[in-house]
Amino acid sequence: MIRLAGNSQDGIQTAGAFLARLAGRSEHDVMTYMTIPATISGGPSIFQVRIGSGEVLSAGDEADFLVAFYQHSYQDHIGFLREGGVLLYDSDNVEPNLDDKRFFYVGVPITGLTVEALGGTAKDKGKNIFVLGLIAKIFNLDAEKLKRVITEKFSGKDQSVVNTALMAFQAGYAYPVGNVLTKHYRFEHIPRASGRAQITMDGNQALAYGLIAGGVRYGAGYPITPWSSVMEVLRRELPKYGGIFVQAEDELASVSIALGCSYSGYLAVTGSAGPGISLKAEAIGWASMAEIPIIICNIQRGGPSTGLPTNVEQSDLHQAIFGSHGDSPRVVLAPASVEDCFYIAIEAARIARKYSTPVFILSDTSLATRIEAFDEPDLSKLMVDPKPDLTPRQTHKPYPIDQITHHVPPGTRILDGKYPLLAGLEHDEMGHPTGSPKLHMAMTAKRRNKLRKLAEEIPVSEIYGNQEGDTLLVGWGSTYGPIHDAVKMARDNGEKVGALHLRHLHPLPNGLEKIFDKFKRIVTVEMNDQGVYGFGQLATILRARYCEPKITSFTKTDGLTFRVKEILDGVFKGKSFLARHIPREGAEVIHQAGAENVKTLKEVVPQGVG
Amino acid sequence: MNEATTGNGDGSTTVAAGVSPALAEPPREKLTKKAITADHPTWCPGCGDFAVLAAFYKVLEKRNLEHEKIVTLAGIGCSSRFPYFVNGHGAHYIHGRAVPLASGISLARPDLHVFLFGGDGDGFSIGGNHLDHGARKNINMTYFIMDNFVYGLTKKQTSPTSPIGFKSKTDPTGAIDQPVNPMKKLISAGATFIARTHAAQVPHMIQMIERAFDHHGFSVIECLSECVEFYPDVFDPANPKKGGSFELIQEKKWDNTPEDELRHDVTDELAAYKLAQLPFPGVFGVFYETDRPTKNALEKKWIETTREKTGNASDLEILQKTFDRMK
Repeated sequence: MIRLAGNSQDGIQTAGAFLARLAGRSEHDVMTYMTIPATISGGPSIFQVRIGSGEVLSAGDEADFLVAFYQHSYQDHIGFLREGGVLLYDSDNVEPNLDDKRFFYVGVPITGLTVEALGGTAKDKGKNIFVLGLIAKIFNLDAEKLKRVITEKFSGKDQSVVNTALMAFQAGYAYPVGNVLTKHYRFEHIPRASGRAQITMDGNQALAYGLIAGGVRYGAGYPITPWSSVMEVLRRELPKYGGIFVQAEDELASVSIALGCSYSGYLAVTGSAGPGISLKAEAIGWASMAEIPIIICNIQRGGPSTGLPTNVEQSDLHQAIFGSHGDSPRVVLAPASVEDCFYIAIEAARIARKYSTPVFILSDTSLATRIEAFDEPDLSKLMVDPKPDLTPRQTHKPYPIDQITHHVPPGTRILDGKYPLLAGLEHDEMGHPTGSPKLHMAMTAKRRNKLRKLAEEIPVSEIYGNQEGDTLLVGWGSTYGPIHDAVKMARDNGEKVGALHLRHLHPLPNGLEKIFDKFKRIVTVEMNDQGVYGFGQLATILRARYCEPKITSFTKTDGLTFRVKEILDGVFKGKSFLARHIPREGAEVIHQAGAENVKTLKEVVPQGVG
Repeated sequence: MNEATTGNGDGSTTVAAGVSPALAEPPREKLTKKAITADHPTWCPGCGDFAVLAAFYKVLEKRNLEHEKIVTLAGIGCSSRFPYFVNGHGAHYIHGRAVPLASGISLARPDLHVFLFGGDGDGFSIGGNHLDHGARKNINMTYFIMDNFVYGLTKKQTSPTSPIGFKSKTDPTGAIDQPVNPMKKLISAGATFIARTHAAQVPHMIQMIERAFDHHGFSVIECLSECVEFYPDVFDPANPKKGGSFELIQEKKWDNTPEDELRHDVTDELAAYKLAQLPFPGVFGVFYETDRPTKNALEKKWIETTREKTGNASDLEILQKTFDRMK
């Protein structure tokens, strides 16, 4: 795992993304993680790339290789470098403590060499690409492929930009320290089992393309971090498919425009982060009442209010399930990974259409910005045709009391001459207002029962690890990776532990109680507060649903993704697990002391080079 | 807003192979008032909105629109009950957000006739921002605002158009806030068709609805419509039947006569603004009309050029190509 630490304007995200894309193309599993400051420009920032030949689940706790551009980058991140790890630092800006013999030091005058290589007025702009060149040499990466990735990235810009980038890359690649280190490292190539090509993208891209595959052609939104990039992709891409994405004047308009599109026969999407979802709440309640299909993406961030705009939190689960006035049932789904962002969008579209209901997708900051490589989806099997059915009907009831509502879009002839009305007032089967207590009860039940029907068809997720035993960890959303890594590690230390990850959060799949019966305790792992009554948001729902006192939770609200060690310490209090590193099928970074003597990096004897 | 009759260009009128068995379409009969009448209105006897409904029926009949393509929409308020009284596709939405709802329908389905009804609270207060942006973007729809200067459904609170001094349950000693001037607001927001009429003037109302309907873009009509329950007789000065005057805007005929010099040029924004300055009851008719491309047309153009660039590839081919680039 490589961590780049600098300031946000240095372009380290760009360099990191190049590495990730290259790894994806080289059939390595890859996962990235980044932090960006909440300011427009400046402020410390990191980009972390974890590349493995086996299955990469979490972004990793410790770095094998740290690149520090500044003194503060060094000071803040040296603690994340594993013993025996390599610190590559800009000797123009950083003075490390060389007496600390735990690490391997490589000082390169990155700033000076970049300026020297590029000349002109660019100052030190381009040092990210210079470092990329260094890393490429050190890890013996495919320089030609990387150059192609760089050229593609800048292809929309002036040729001089591409040339400058390639010059910086070449300068870094040719720097002799690379040669010194290159014999120490290489990636062990293990062919992937699936044999399918790898796609590299971030979670918001995967979500947007999943929506397109699922037949979503219309939508509307309003800019907010970290949702904006979804709407940017949709605004750019949908016209290719004959659709429109509208940037609305506010959140209320955006959900309303999307509902208008859905009502007109094209399932539509809106989205936001927590603050914007709060504003959409009334309209989503109307969608429950009028029974309109719509997809609402909430790319969660730290709350409440403006909260922590660029940090991660899973504190909008209750808002998603309950966040409108009245009894307003809706469906809530959560993707477990970047790849799952793609598939959950298709699932959301399917459910929205089949049950004519609002469907939430709860993603979060870490999924939104994280880049992963995953098996190329078989699009020919997944693409959904979005065309509305305008076949004339003899007669049509929009709200048949004993059936699931399926609206006919306007433009559909109703031959008996009685046209349907979609209503926010409580209504009869034709959509006309009624104050009848009996009808309100019946219609409330109708709207709720379709979610019960949906629960019957949701598959129960497989349990990872022990199928029965002492502890079952239950998670949802982006915590999939660290929870599964934690289970692996705990099992290696003799614990009888399994993990259950829920993608369907409301309604819950049927049959979870049978799984819970097999474990002595159930612990949800969540990035939200334990609340007044001491349980995380999912744990609160599970306790209400199953009346099961053995359900507890381990929660945190520091705005950062879970580290594996945190989960282990939180769930198995008082126990310490010896293995410092996550066991994984297939090695990742290999230290090659001699051609015949291959050791893992952690076995490198600390020594100073720079 | 008459782009609809020429078809949509996005293929949405194509009849998809759905689950329902295809029905032999019986020949169309002429659209009658009977066919488009639904529930009996719940308005108070004497409410101005009855006349608006009658005028709307008349226009639908006269234009003989395809029944299934008529869509009536509304937010919340007395007048926003309108869709329940029209037998046609439609929706009764939430307070103040009917413009964006209508925008979604108008953009996704340009083959439909999108009619929007509401009151002064819905349009100028809670929905004021949407009115501005719908106007600015020039989204194709016909929006009819029944302005009675009072919140009637909630039983007499001050509205955004209540005059200073109006005594209501929220201003027992008289309203103190400067009211919205709907014409000024719409001119500055960039609406491309702006007219003013009166519920007691049915022929004029019909004329205004027809002109708004024929206009391509965001067309808004403000109609003074009396609330007999909570603000009776307020429109007397504008109602000839009650001894007031109903002064019509004299539009330019472009006939090079000296009289024409004095007539109103509907494309002149400043002249429209001056008319909007006149003291109550002011003047009635078309204040402003201009021909500016609709968002519908601009988006359609963008779609066409984008589609051309893809070589009019299938959805599957386009997405596959995108994914190939991400390998």
